[in-house]
Amino acid sequence: MTFSAELEARLADMVKRYPPGHLRGALVPMLLYIQDEVGAITEDVVQEVATRLQLTPLQVEEVVGYYSMLRRQPAGRHHVQVCTNISCLLRGGEKVWDHARRQLNLQHKETSPDGQFSLEEVECIGACSWAPAVQVGYDYYHEMSPEKFDELVEKLKNQ
Amino acid sequence: MYNAPHPLEVRILTRRFGLPNSASIDTYLAHDGYKAIEKALAEMTPDKIIEEVKASALRGRGGAGFPAGLKWSFVPRQSPKPKYIVVNADESEPGTCKDRLLMENDPHQLIEGALIAARAVDAHAGYIYVRGEYRYLIDILDRAIGEAYQRGYLGKNILGSGFDFDLHTHSGAGAYECGEESALLESLEGKRGIPRIRPPFPAVVGAFGCPTVLNNVETFCSVPWIILNGGAAYANLGTRKNGGTRLFCLSGHINRPGVYELPMGFPLPRMIEEVGGGVWKGRKLKAVIPGGSSCPVLKAEETNLPMDFDSLQAAGSMLGSGGVVIIDEDTCMVKAALRIMRFYAHESCGWCIPCREGTMWLGKLLTRFHAGAGTMSDIDLIRELAQNMLGKTFCPLGDAAALPTISIVKKFREEFEEHLNGRKCPHEGKG
Ligand SMILES: Cc1cc2nc3c(=O)[nH]c(=O)nc-3n(C[C@H](O)[C@H](O)[C@H](O)COP(=O)(O)O)c2cc1C
Ligand code: FES
Repeated sequence: MTFSAELEARLADMVKRYPPGHLRGALVPMLLYIQDEVGAITEDVVQEVATRLQLTPLQVEEVVGYYSMLRRQPAGRHHVQVCTNISCLLRGGEKVWDHARRQLNLQHKETSPDGQFSLEEVECIGACSWAPAVQVGYDYYHEMSPEKFDELVEKLKNQ
Repeated sequence: MYNAPHPLEVRILTRRFGLPNSASIDTYLAHDGYKAIEKALAEMTPDKIIEEVKASALRGRGGAGFPAGLKWSFVPRQSPKPKYIVVNADESEPGTCKDRLLMENDPHQLIEGALIAARAVDAHAGYIYVRGEYRYLIDILDRAIGEAYQRGYLGKNILGSGFDFDLHTHSGAGAYECGEESALLESLEGKRGIPRIRPPFPAVVGAFGCPTVLNNVETFCSVPWIILNGGAAYANLGTRKNGGTRLFCLSGHINRPGVYELPMGFPLPRMIEEVGGGVWKGRKLKAVIPGGSSCPVLKAEETNLPMDFDSLQAAGSMLGSGGVVIIDEDTCMVKAALRIMRFYAHESCGWCIPCREGTMWLGKLLTRFHAGAGTMSDIDLIRELAQNMLGKTFCPLGDAAALPTISIVKKFREEFEEHLNGRKCPHEGKG
């Protein structure tokens, strides 16, 4: 497999960061950055990463299975993550979550048939003082409400 | 992103927040930036740096409050192996959102803190382990690290001193457990984030089998000021065994949620009333989680406390990670306990059976209870199950799940009883 020039440059830099004999250190960040480009950790990605880091595919698989952000199936073009953990819950995070499920017509970890949206209920994303919080991909949206959620979805649809 | 500062704040770590381009090296250099490492390299021996950090009474801001200088002194002086600095930027403790601000607004302060630590223990490489969700912060840090290399604050022969230090970011990929120091090190090595048995502690056997200083972002960020102004000056900002200031993240049912830098030992009632503007909607306070969701909950009448590690411990709770969650009178504590337990059940790495099974069954019991299908004996069962997890796991995640649960059952038992016999949750819909 080959990736974009930008990603290849990043990966080349990444593998140099770990001490001799510890190439494996690059595994988790490498998987995440590749997933961002490819969409998911496919069989090919597992094989490719294993080869590059001198690991067996099984060693890569067991790591993929552990981390919640790594996935075997692609998410939607807009991956909407709603936090319902304690600080968000106290400020209406559950209402935002219920609303999100209705509006997007998706349940936890589902992707829309057209691939535009996927939805996930997530744990604390470090925005507790600006709750309730939503993350779309890597972008943060603070102090959400059902109304603001609708505006956000409209904006994303037009992107 | 940064809330409006409050006049009661003592802005040490946040003093550059709000300056134009506060994340750039030029802004940093114009405001004391990299002066501390200059001083450390020119005027201080490594031992003197450690002495100064000890004198500052700086205690770890990641949760446990371990004295930072003491931890650094555990790193063997003479080591045939290389040594490492690891910055814990996994910030995932529910209620905590301060490291994010420190990295977003002033990444060079963190770089300089890590650099001084490296000089103190003679480490020549370091990693900032950033939770995967904080990608924009990795970009900010990478940019700042690039600037520091360009200006000679990182890399070979720093400021002509002969001292070398390389610093890299390292992305996690979603796992609360990877904030736990030994699981973090496993993850840094490219493995599943499963805790290691200790001893040996990371200071002796840490990253890649080598001696390692591992501290929280905020702990490292405190170091440049300490070196510039002296340990005693920093210690004097706080209380006797709790030096300095810390960032408190006010969240939940409070009028002015936000992150505020206050002296250690700041009274909790004033934090709620004056800094946070009081409980929202004119309601009464029911409870406070004083330091992230892993801490035992305080009832309103127990909150007359100075916010430092020792006072909170004496009160049967913990200062933890600085996440102060305010809970009003209309909140269902059974639901709060349930949501907190769902988090730990989701995040348990599964390595230790008491934690893996305990969090799962407690999650089920609390779900059933909140739905009105619990029995009287379930109340004691919940407490007993939680009690049985305490101290029986490789890492403290089991305790972190058990402690808030035990405290809620003990202190709010009547709310559990209100859910008996199929009764509807009395607080549902009050929001
Ligand atoms: C389950 C668990 C999660 C943790 N998460 C974090 C975290 O996200 N950030 C952090 O700095 N410390 C976290 N800690 C504490 C670390 O294990 C460690 O004590 C800390 O990073 C040491 O740095 P300090 O002495 O500067 O606080 C966690 C601990 C446990 C048990
Ligand atoms: S609890 Fe939702 S961001 Fe922290």
